[in-house]
Amino acid sequence: MKITQGQFSFLPDLTDEEVKLQIEYGLNNGWSIAVEHTDDPHPRNTYWSMWGTPMFDLKDPAGVMMELNACRKEFPNDYVKVLAFDSNKGFETIRMSFMVQRPADEPGFELVRSEGPGRTVRYTLRSYATGRPPSGRYSPAAAP
Amino acid sequence: MNKALDVKITDLKERYTSGVLKYRQMGYWEPEYEPKDTDILAVFRITPQDGVDPVEAAAAVAGESSTATWTVVWTDRLTDSEYYRAKAYRVDPVPGSPDQYFAYIAYDLDLFEEGSIANLTASIIGNVFGFKPLKALRLEDMRIPPHYLKTFQGPATGIVAERERMNLYGRPLLGATMKPKLGLSGRNYGRVVYEALKGGLDFTKDDENINSQPFMHWRDRYLYCMEGVSKAEAETGEVKGTYLNVTAATMEDMYERAEFARDLGSVIIMIDLVIGYTAIQSMAKWARKNDMILHLHRAGHGTYTRQRNHGISFRVIAKWMRMAGVDHIHAGTVVGKLEGDPSVIRGVYDTCREIHVPQNMQHGIFFDQPWASLKKMMPVASGGIHAGQMHQLLHYLGEDVVLQFGGGTIGHPMGIQAGAVANRVALECMVKARNEGRDIWNEGPEILTAAARWCQPLRAALDTWKDVSFNFASTDSVDVLPTPTAS
Repeated sequence: MKITQGQFSFLPDLTDEEVKLQIEYGLNNGWSIAVEHTDDPHPRNTYWSMWGTPMFDLKDPAGVMMELNACRKEFPNDYVKVLAFDSNKGFETIRMSFMVQRPADEPGFELVRSEGPGRTVRYTLRSYATGRPPSGRYSPAAAP
Repeated sequence: MNKALDVKITDLKERYTSGVLKYRQMGYWEPEYEPKDTDILAVFRITPQDGVDPVEAAAAVAGESSTATWTVVWTDRLTDSEYYRAKAYRVDPVPGSPDQYFAYIAYDLDLFEEGSIANLTASIIGNVFGFKPLKALRLEDMRIPPHYLKTFQGPATGIVAERERMNLYGRPLLGATMKPKLGLSGRNYGRVVYEALKGGLDFTKDDENINSQPFMHWRDRYLYCMEGVSKAEAETGEVKGTYLNVTAATMEDMYERAEFARDLGSVIIMIDLVIGYTAIQSMAKWARKNDMILHLHRAGHGTYTRQRNHGISFRVIAKWMRMAGVDHIHAGTVVGKLEGDPSVIRGVYDTCREIHVPQNMQHGIFFDQPWASLKKMMPVASGGIHAGQMHQLLHYLGEDVVLQFGGGTIGHPMGIQAGAVANRVALECMVKARNEGRDIWNEGPEILTAAARWCQPLRAALDTWKDVSFNFASTDSVDVLPTPTAS
C-alpha cells in the first residue's frame, strides 16, 4: 500500500527541483522549514524524529535541500517529510507537510477489531512493519 | 406647549405624562451619541411604511429591541432608563434603493446576559421584526465587543487544533455528503462512507435530514459508518472522519447519540441549525469536553438570510455561531448551486477565519470586529461543486476550508473511489501549482488537463462535468456605501 499522509501524496513523487520550489514557497511566507523522519508511520504517530530543530534562521532553499539530503542519506529506508512552521498569531502551527521519501516496500496496517457488547467494535491500527525491531523494519533483508 | 415631534423631550414631567409619544421624543434617537467600546452595535436595513419618517423608524427599532413599549409607562422612572435605552445614532439611505435605509443602533453591554446567544437574539431579533410601521427589516451586521465575546466559549476545537488532530496541513480538506440523502440502509450507507474515504477524502458527512428514520436508525448508521472510517484509515494511513448527525428531538437524545459516537472513536459529530441557539451552545460545550469537532449544517437559514430587504444576513449568523462554539459552518461556494455573491461570501469567510476583521463595506462588513480569544471556525463549501472548478475554489475560498463534493464524488462514472481520487488529485495538483508560483486563476484548466493525462479518474470527472455551471444573478449582494466617517 501507499501511505497517503501529507499534502501531495496523490501526485507522482516530487523531484528535487519540485521539492525546492515548495520550500521556497514556505520560506517566502516567512515560515521555518523542518525535516522529520520515522519508521512508524501510524496516522496518530504525531512525533516523528526531528532532523535537528526547525531551521529558523535558514532562508536559502539550497541549504534546506542539503539538510534534507543528509537526512535521506542517513535514513534511506525511512519515511521523510518536509514541514513548514508558522509562528504568526492566529496560526502558530504547521502550514505545510509533505512526504519526500518513503520505503520501497510499504507493508501498511492491519485493522484489529475487538468485538464488544451491542455490536460495538473497538478498532486498532497495527503497523505490519513495527512488529520488527527498529533497525530492520523496512530493510530488504527483513522482508518476509 | 409646542411639542416638537422629532426631538427628545428632556423635561421629565412632560416626558412621563401618560399617553403616546414618538420614539424620537422618548429618547431612542441620539444623533450625537458616540458609541462606547463596550457597546454592542447593530446595523439594520429598514424599509419604513409609506409616510413613516426613516429616523422615527430607526428610533422605533432601537426602542422595540430594547426598553420601549407603545405607550409611556411611569415605571421607567424607577430605573436609570436613559442608560438602558438602545440608541439609534445614525441613518443612511441605501444607495439605489430609495425606500430603504441603514439604521445604526448602539446597545449597552448591561442589556445582555453573559454567554447567551438566546438572550442576545431575543432582544436584537425579537418583537422588532414584526413591528407594523416597517414594511421590512433586515439585520445586516453587528459589532460584538471583546468584553462580551470573552463571555462565550467559542469554537470547541478551532481550525488549528482540528488540523493538528487530523494531521492535515497545507491544503483545503475534502469531504462529501452521502447520497441519496434518504433511504439507504445502514450497511449500504457505510459502503458509501468507506469508498469515499478510501478513495482519498478526509471526511464524509450525514445530510441535514438524516437522523433516525425507519430505513436507518441512528445506532445502525454509526456502527456501519465507523467500520468504514476505520477500514479506510488502515488502508491509507491517514486520519479520517465522518460527521455523524446527532440532531434529534430532545437534548437527552442528542447527548445519547453524541456519547455513542464518541465511544465508537469518531473524531467529529454534526448538528443542524434548526435545533436552536441554546441546543447549539450545549453541544459546543459537550464537544469541548469530549475532544470532538462540531460540524454545523445551516439547515433552515435560507428562509431568513436570502432576501436583501428582510431577515438576517448570513454574516451575522456566522458571527453568532462562532460565539456559540461550532467548529464547521457551511458558508457558501461562490461557484456552486447555492446562493452566493463573491463579495458577500468573502465577508462571511473572513468572519469565520480571521482574528480581526476590519470594516469593509465591499464585503458587507460594517464594523471592525476583533475576535478576542475565540478560535477560528472552519468554513465548509458544499453544493454543486466539482473537480473542474478546483482553481476557482482555491482562488475564492483559500486553504482553510472544507471542500465538499457530494454528487461530484458519488456521481463519478467510474465509481465513488474514483470520484474521490479525482477530487484529491485535482486539489493537490492545484495547491502544488499555486505554491510553485503559477497563475492558477488563468492556468487552472491546463493544470487540471495535465494531471488528467496520468489520472484517468480526473479525466473522466472533467469530461462528465465540464459544462456544469450555475450562473444565476445573486439575490443577496452588497449595496456599497462610501466608507462612513465619524458622525
